[in-house]
Amino acid sequence: MSRSAADGRGGPEPDGPEPEASAPSGPEAPEPGGPEPDGPVPEASAADGPEVAGNAGAAAAWVPSDRQRARERARRRSAVRSALVAGASTIVVAVLAALLVTRSPGWPRVRETFLSWPDFRASFPDVLRGFWLNVRIFLVAEVLVLALGLLVAVLRGLTAPALFPLRVLAVAYTDLLRGVPTILVIFGIGFGVPALNLRGVPSDPVVLGTVALVLSYGAYVAEVYRAGIESVHPSQRAAARSLGLRPRQALRHVVLPQAVRRVVPPLLNDFVSLQKDTALVAVLGPLEAVRQAQIYSSTNFNYTPYLAASLLFVALTVPLARFTDALAARTARRRGPGGPA
Amino acid sequence: MQTARPRRMLALATGAAALLAAGLGGCAPADQAPSGQQSPSASASGSASGECAKSSLRLVTAGRLTIGTDKPAYEPWFSGDDPTNGKGFESAVAYAVAGRLGFAKDEVTWTVVPFNSSYAPGRKKFDFDVNQVSITEARKKAVAFSDGYYTVNQAVVALKSSPIAGAKTLGELKGAKFGAQVGTTSLDAIRNIIRPTAQPAVYNDTNDAKNQLQNKVIDGIVVDLPTAFYLTAAEIDNSVIVGQVPGTGTGSAEQFGLLLEKGNPLVTCVNRAIADLVSSGDLAKITNQWLAASAGAPVLG
Repeated sequence: MSRSAADGRGGPEPDGPEPEASAPSGPEAPEPGGPEPDGPVPEASAADGPEVAGNAGAAAAWVPSDRQRARERARRRSAVRSALVAGASTIVVAVLAALLVTRSPGWPRVRETFLSWPDFRASFPDVLRGFWLNVRIFLVAEVLVLALGLLVAVLRGLTAPALFPLRVLAVAYTDLLRGVPTILVIFGIGFGVPALNLRGVPSDPVVLGTVALVLSYGAYVAEVYRAGIESVHPSQRAAARSLGLRPRQALRHVVLPQAVRRVVPPLLNDFVSLQKDTALVAVLGPLEAVRQAQIYSSTNFNYTPYLAASLLFVALTVPLARFTDALAARTARRRGPGGPA
Repeated sequence: MQTARPRRMLALATGAAALLAAGLGGCAPADQAPSGQQSPSASASGSASGECAKSSLRLVTAGRLTIGTDKPAYEPWFSGDDPTNGKGFESAVAYAVAGRLGFAKDEVTWTVVPFNSSYAPGRKKFDFDVNQVSITEARKKAVAFSDGYYTVNQAVVALKSSPIAGAKTLGELKGAKFGAQVGTTSLDAIRNIIRPTAQPAVYNDTNDAKNQLQNKVIDGIVVDLPTAFYLTAAEIDNSVIVGQVPGTGTGSAEQFGLLLEKGNPLVTCVNRAIADLVSSGDLAKITNQWLAASAGAPVLG
């Protein structure tokens, strides 16, 4: 009785000596901190038992108001109806789309030229072998792109007057290479470099194509890094400097770790794009997946191998996309309450 | 508020369904229109000559013959990248066929058809396509071919300074790196007949292959023999035809045919025109005029 009165007053707590007053009534109070100061903890908890249970019983016995029940019923009804309508409309649209495609006059020809299982099977081994080249180009290019992009982004951030030429070079590089279509960069390097006829310079089309991809994507990734670096608040650098770190140390140990972490999702996005663009190296002659598909396609006048190549690329990009999502989710969790920024 | 949304969604879905249904209804007649046109012309063809009379031909553009080819149009098949001038072997053949079908030179329209889209399913925008397309059984599943108008051989071109320039046998070519245009029987010749140890380089077009030969990225390119003669004579300095490749490993002698939409009845008339050109000796004359220099190169053993 007195407890319920104390409970009622417990919220506002207007009086100064309240804690003192509540201290003797500790065993009685259901607060978790209550029993601890006392020796016989089991006893105290035993004494608390009925009261706590009574309290919980009161909570379970909470009766939702009529209005609340009506609200819940309406929500359930609405959810069921939404699901039914969504399901029905999806089925209707899918069936109509399927009908529209399969009943169209050209469907048999389309199925024969784009979805031919025998052609798929016949071309798949070659396409797969070609795809292995795409994967290798991608893996090598990815590492080089990361390094080049970071280097250019850091160069762009240099403030020392003596290093101005480097900064200009970095700006010119990103402007130029992001502006020129990737396929033209590949053409230019793949056909231009061997024409120079220099000794010691590789003329292998796969190497030159990879170099071209690295140059092109390095420019994009440099901008991504730069955005990350600029997103780190200036106070971080100032704080690092005030702790006695040199500018380079501040960049290395304070700014970059934060910047890189922030740009991981956009970086992975660029890599999905890079995976696909490895197909552009084909213009220099190597037999990668799309080229293999094209050879089969133009020999047999059937486009199905392109579908095989598409599926292989999708099989590679989807896991990377899910990985990006997972990484983003982890970052969000860590930024959440209690986690490090 | 919450219950209003599904209803609106329902309305949306119904609307979409109605649209799709309308699309379905709108598309279906597209099939009937051409077949409807076709039946009178088919029934009108009483005599053999009437069937191929100019007025009864089913054409992309009524009264005009539309011929497709790729761009750039290469020598010696065309001249100056201009198929309309009647110069070059295939331009001359196309106009000769058009003439036999009853079309004057000014009744012929040329349209650009990239090789890769020439066999796309659906309506073609040309009556026939002339683009050095080799006739094969596999391709016949997707398009119709006329009878062959030229029997072609593949040849190896290399720089005079190249170690394979003096090769006499296929065995001497095994260690070389070859290039060819994608989708060509030249590539078949490399893979099936020469069988080099290094993977061939495959380019978008012959120009790219030519450039990389000059850059010495590859040791040799394989092209058809008339192209080989043209390249060595006019395009690539200090180059030489090493020799002809015996066949492409894809069956019978390789022939170029005119490419038509599958099921196009025009093919019988085109074949009749080609047969006329052969029997009258006109085709031989055209061949001599434009491809005379392409005769004879040693065949690699």
